[in-house]
Amino acid sequence: AFPRRVKVVEVGPRDGLQNEKNVVPTPVKISLINMLSETGLQVIEATSFVSPKWVPQMADHTEVMQGINKLPGISYPVLTPNLKGFQAAVAAGAKEVSIFGAASELFTKKNINCSIEESLARFDEVMKAARTASVPVRGYVSCVLGCPYEGKISPAKVAEVSKKMYSMGCYEISLGDTIGIGTPGSMKEMLTAVMKEVPVRALAVHCHDTYGQALANILVALQMGVSVVDASVAGLGGCPYAQGASGNVATEDLVYMLNGLGIHTGVDLQKLMDTGTFICNALNRRTNSKVSQASCRL
Amino acid sequence: QESQASGLPEYIKIVEVGPRDGLQNEKVIVPTDIKIELINRLSKTGLPAIEVTSFVSSKWVPQMADHKEVMRGIERHPGVQYPVLTPNLQGFHSAIAAGATEVSVFGAASESFSKMNINCSIEESIEKFEEVAKSARNMNIPVRGYVSCALGCPYEGNIIPAKVAEVSKRLYSMGCYEISLGDTIGVGTPGSMKRMLEAVMKEIPLSALAVHCHDTYGQALANILTAIQMGVAVVDSSVAGLGGCPYAKGATGNVATEDVIYMLNGLGINTGVNLYKVMEAGNFICTALNKKTNSKVAQASFCTGTV
Repeated sequence: AFPRRVKVVEVGPRDGLQNEKNVVPTPVKISLINMLSETGLQVIEATSFVSPKWVPQMADHTEVMQGINKLPGISYPVLTPNLKGFQAAVAAGAKEVSIFGAASELFTKKNINCSIEESLARFDEVMKAARTASVPVRGYVSCVLGCPYEGKISPAKVAEVSKKMYSMGCYEISLGDTIGIGTPGSMKEMLTAVMKEVPVRALAVHCHDTYGQALANILVALQMGVSVVDASVAGLGGCPYAQGASGNVATEDLVYMLNGLGIHTGVDLQKLMDTGTFICNALNRRTNSKVSQASCRL
Repeated sequence: QESQASGLPEYIKIVEVGPRDGLQNEKVIVPTDIKIELINRLSKTGLPAIEVTSFVSSKWVPQMADHKEVMRGIERHPGVQYPVLTPNLQGFHSAIAAGATEVSVFGAASESFSKMNINCSIEESIEKFEEVAKSARNMNIPVRGYVSCALGCPYEGNIIPAKVAEVSKRLYSMGCYEISLGDTIGVGTPGSMKRMLEAVMKEIPLSALAVHCHDTYGQALANILTAIQMGVAVVDSSVAGLGGCPYAKGATGNVATEDVIYMLNGLGINTGVNLYKVMEAGNFICTALNKKTNSKVAQASFCTGTV
């Protein structure tokens, strides 16, 4: 049986825009987030408090955080890779933050130049500060179904990292198929292992559609009781590991499927599609959402 | 082993419809020798069934005008079926004369679609197919039945599962060995797929069912997964996702064979198909059509150079 309701976590403004070739000016980012706030989405990942040296697309994080309309009932989490980022985020008005772990040592080394253990130690500082400030923290685990460097990732490793982050105090763990390589087979295997360590209500899936498997993988996760799903409006955000390939699953396509399953999301699909059209025009690119592609001509 | 434990079929037959359904719905018409080359390449991938062409009047489907030449020109590999579409008795005779050893007939679960597509009611179309089925039976030619609009119609909208079951049953009773249920405009979701299959499975044995999902709304793989979870073991797909949607300009149509195989491989389900060879065939036809592939697996693989 499927969950009756699913919480859709919109990652377009952060994960999406961060992985787009074209950089979008601050007012456009703010308009995007404001439009998303009108669609019924309850969680919109707004930006990332990382150094602009590493992620220039998110250099305007303070302006974006301060510029958006923060509607009641909607959460606007931001990425914070370390204590400094956390403090800047809170100063800019953030009320929820996210931290990023990985199930792969090589990926962690290449991505943030340290081991998994060291990255978790860094996060510990953030967790402490967040606890003191009553700021909820969401934990991401990357490479849960495969790594661009290591290849196969063992479900036990994913479970181990997830458990650590959950024990540190993350209220939710988002399991990311970072290179979209997973299938319903590997998704099931991985979730079975993780669900032994983390309660299913604290789990989310973050599927990339690089190999076209995202919705099938999400379907399996839902069948296993997962009720939080990350997605990106218009499927924004390519894959940095496969030039020209797609990345995030499109929120429109996800909502279409959930609607068809009779699962409540609270999201207005038409308003979502309009928002997708807006940001694609601003980025001068075609949408990655098939629902959007099919609907605009009908 | 893995697939058995999960209740999924151990083996799934892939029916490759690229050369017919795919090419029929592409803007660019492909020369005969390219069609033949495509089919010959597909014959070497392990695919058990390849829909070759359509014996319809070239007035209606110019892309398939060279049906005789294609049928006569392809290599016929042992163990591979090469079905062709035959809308009526005339087409059937023409197909047999050209060497066809399996044919398909196309019904629909929607009266409006039947009228708009082939200018007659569902009942009238069934009568035509019965003539084909009779002749086919006499000649020991297997007939596959398609039911279009199984999850929705571009004209009528919602289609009730009972209607799909009714039309499927008519086709099965007249002797079709397999019924391929088509989500013609790709509007279906795992919800509507499940309801439709439950109704059809009351009338037709599971072993005689296939699903033909379009990816117009990105739902195809999720719908196929639902079908195979219910025991369906035959899936139609199109190399490189050839074939747009004639009802939604610019939108995609058929699900890509590469993406289906990738998913089935990941589930430990045997198909007998070599994914890499299918990607190569897809690359060949996309180059000939001067278009980008619709297969995400192909896109990702050719970009990184890894599979």
